Amino acid sequence: MPSALPDGEPVPADGALPASALAGAAGRPLGFYLHVPYCATRCGYCDFNTYTATELRGTGGVLASRDNYAETLVDEVRLARKVLGDDPREVRTVFVGGGTPTLLAAEDLVRMLRAIRDEFGLAADAEVTTEANPESVDPAYLAALREGGFNRVSFGMQSARRHVLKVLDRTHTPGRPEACVAEARAAGFDHVNLDLIYGTPGESDDDWRASLDAALGAGPDHVSAYALIVEEGTQLARRIRRGEVPATDDDVHADRYLIAEEALFAAGFAWYEVSNWAATPAGRCLHNELYWRGADWWGAGPGAHSHVGGVRWWNVKHPGAYAAALAAGRSPGAGREVLTDEDRRVERILLELRLREGVPLTLLREEGLAASRRALADGLLQAGPYDGGRAVLTLRGRLLADAVVRDLVD
Amino acid sequence: MPATPSHVPEPSRTDPALIRNFCIIAHIDHGKSTLADRMLQLTGVVEQRQMRAQYLDRMDIERERGITIKSQAVRLPWAPTRDPGNTHILNMIDTPGHVDFTYEVSRSLAACEGTVLLVDAAQGIEAQTLANLYLAMENDLTIIPVLNKIDLPAAQPEKFAEELANLIGCDPDDVLKVSAKTGLGVDALLDRVVERIPAPVGVADAPARAMIFDSVYDSYRGVVTYVRVVDGQLNKRERIRMMSTGATHELLEIGTNSPEMLPADGLGVGEVGYLITGVKDVRQSKVGDTITSQAKGAEVPLGGYKDPKPMVFSGLYPLDGSDYPDLREALDKLQLNDAALVYEPETSAALGFGFRVGFLGLLHLDVVRERLEREFGLDLIATAPNVVYRVIMEDGSETTVTNPSEFPEGKIAEVYEPVVRATILAPTEFIGAIMELCQTRRGALLGMDYLSEDRVEIRYTLPLAEIVFDFFDQLKSKTRGYASLDYEPTGEQSSSLVKVDILLHGDKVDAFSAITHKDQAYAYGVRLVAKLRELIPRQNFEVPVQAAVGSRVIARETIRAIRKDVLAKCYGGDISRKRKLLEKQKEGKKRMKMVGSVEVPQEAFIAVLSSDDGAGSAKSKK
Repeated sequence: MPSALPDGEPVPADGALPASALAGAAGRPLGFYLHVPYCATRCGYCDFNTYTATELRGTGGVLASRDNYAETLVDEVRLARKVLGDDPREVRTVFVGGGTPTLLAAEDLVRMLRAIRDEFGLAADAEVTTEANPESVDPAYLAALREGGFNRVSFGMQSARRHVLKVLDRTHTPGRPEACVAEARAAGFDHVNLDLIYGTPGESDDDWRASLDAALGAGPDHVSAYALIVEEGTQLARRIRRGEVPATDDDVHADRYLIAEEALFAAGFAWYEVSNWAATPAGRCLHNELYWRGADWWGAGPGAHSHVGGVRWWNVKHPGAYAAALAAGRSPGAGREVLTDEDRRVERILLELRLREGVPLTLLREEGLAASRRALADGLLQAGPYDGGRAVLTLRGRLLADAVVRDLVD
Repeated sequence: MPATPSHVPEPSRTDPALIRNFCIIAHIDHGKSTLADRMLQLTGVVEQRQMRAQYLDRMDIERERGITIKSQAVRLPWAPTRDPGNTHILNMIDTPGHVDFTYEVSRSLAACEGTVLLVDAAQGIEAQTLANLYLAMENDLTIIPVLNKIDLPAAQPEKFAEELANLIGCDPDDVLKVSAKTGLGVDALLDRVVERIPAPVGVADAPARAMIFDSVYDSYRGVVTYVRVVDGQLNKRERIRMMSTGATHELLEIGTNSPEMLPADGLGVGEVGYLITGVKDVRQSKVGDTITSQAKGAEVPLGGYKDPKPMVFSGLYPLDGSDYPDLREALDKLQLNDAALVYEPETSAALGFGFRVGFLGLLHLDVVRERLEREFGLDLIATAPNVVYRVIMEDGSETTVTNPSEFPEGKIAEVYEPVVRATILAPTEFIGAIMELCQTRRGALLGMDYLSEDRVEIRYTLPLAEIVFDFFDQLKSKTRGYASLDYEPTGEQSSSLVKVDILLHGDKVDAFSAITHKDQAYAYGVRLVAKLRELIPRQNFEVPVQAAVGSRVIARETIRAIRKDVLAKCYGGDISRKRKLLEKQKEGKKRMKMVGSVEVPQEAFIAVLSSDDGAGSAKSKK
């Protein structure tokens, strides 16, 4: 079961936004997230909104089918055009995620992108990314994407070790993701990311070092490294509860994080968000930065979240229900929340503190400022930027970011 | 069933020769309340259809725990089987059944000429019953031994009749056998009360003297005072004087209980009843005090009056600091009905604002805490109970310590702690285990007697502090529940006592300070420090947890610094979830108490201070 949606107020049938959301929109970048809710198999650790063919059978009928999914999603892009009205902005970033986007034909992904270009226009320097499964792409597929306007690709590598991939239920063979990087480069992609996971049950420090070395050896310009989160309700959570695989201690996660920072730094990568490193400033993922800097983005697809000018909303989760809403000319929005000024202040602190540039101290109230001074004294914030008016995490602080946030929002 | 008594003498006009004042001494669960119920029915005082189990136990907590905390008196007319025309008045005085209320028991006994000693025929006599029996014998009461529950398959009436006969020096055949449940033998018991217990003797034309043996607050009537008239007569609407304080009051109402209050013209020699003066606080009408008439009153009070003295102290703190005024109000209300309850405001760095509350003993503490939580809806943290210490400094100055954190620093010459005389009754097979337990608790053996072939009475002098500290639970577990315990304060002794402080990250936590014997300080320190290490969540920095005596650290553990507290992923769909999680975590943080720079969850305080480590008799289910 994918994770639950938050509670919120209902979204109007036409998806209309309150006037406040569109005020001053021209000054903010706009991005699109396109969700592809399909996977060949479900991985044991995954709680994303994604469905295998068997999971969908008999529930959504023809509307939930993978074959006409691109068409359904294009309907939402058109709805977005209506809702945003005469918003003059071109789209700055597009990110196709899942699920496994590359389970769809390359032309489907290109068609979805074309709809955005047709309805909104793409900025000349737009960043257009898709996630890709190493087993579901080949040079021809990648070339078709590049041809269709994609310029960034993100591969789910996770680990270079077979026994680790097995615990994660990943089906690709070690070495295949590295080969994908070369194929993507050959197809003309400027920006390639590898996703890694550390702290998988059974993984050793050396396994992790080997994964980092293999990833860096392949020559991506971006690496994301995530601690494995065992989400309630996943197969992995059940296996750990039954004692079939050991749980990973937080201290081990901390050690692995330090190993990652060390290896990535040595290879010339710099962290710009707690779990993200880039080889050059241009290698940063602009789309993700929209999330972290309170910009506007429209999330299209089942279960996708959107944010425009302080209004967050999210779509119904099931592909069948999603397609049915659009077919009936209704917004697929399941709920939304209109953020208060205080919500937005808190969100800025909790998101921006994760970034290399940190949080301006002017966002903090008196108690939060006092807490920031304690965090500085405790070595969780960097002294230099602090003197310049910003709270920026140290390496140790990055590992304790949530604890620092709890104090800073006071 | 006997015929309804005829020519029932009225209060204030009853010939003392027809009066019998008696109480029932029994252990919890030995059937006292059930027997009282049967007596109410047999004498026609309560009609069958109004009867409810344990009629006389008013408070919920009493009925639930099967114990009687406050005593009462009921006037029962009884036509003896062999002389049915000569109706007698039997005043049954219900006594509290617990060691904490020994003083109240002694006053109840002082209001009687005789007592029914009620013992479960399947279990034999228990330590508390024995203690009260000795009290009755000291008061020269006539004892009527009775075995109850003889209808039970497990009953051994011959064996326990023998035991009772040995104890009180009578013939085993004199031991009555009844079943309070079925009513079997209860009429014979009432006849025996008339036959054996002497009538009260007093001087009818002397100035009135009546002893208060109970005082109960009633929200409608104010304080209801229960008295036994010794000399003279009290009449309605006269002014009376409390001899200990000299305070005078008008008698708004005087009467007897049958078992509801029934106003009368007055009470004469030997009679037992209630009076109402309009006072609102039981401390103005104290158990043991003597009441006389304001005009031409008595000069000399009846003997035996004592102020109740708290023996055990505990800090009571509201879990939610904003409940402090409610706690104060609740204590004020409880005090209206509990002259032994004393308290004063106290501030703890760790727990905030609360009260240091004095109790007669552990049951008293338990009952008060439970009433505060149940009747007043308060969530409380109670600190581990402690006794009162008298500390003499080398310069000769003296301090009384009711809170371990106030134990003086500096050059101490001597420390005195209260001691008790403990009586333990148990099957002989447990003698070794009991002696071992008492030795480890710094006990000194006073003596040992066999009650029967396989039951023994063991007497020890023990520091009260050792009993307060889980002694009862240990005793029960080492004797598979067979041992019973009673104790009475006998004074104080000088002991090698030290204060053990607990330091978190170098800061003393006042709520965890304890006074222990110096030989036990190390064990206490090690245990508490280990427990805290488990209960306190890891912080952003390493937190040493230390136990210290003075400046000397005797135990140390370290709570390792938390190294990772960050969610790996925070993308578009995670933001709302994360903000809501943050709000929830902030709520959780509010339930943390800051001790210096360390966040300690309330649960840690509760776990460390709660009964499983502290209060011996705090066996209430939580």
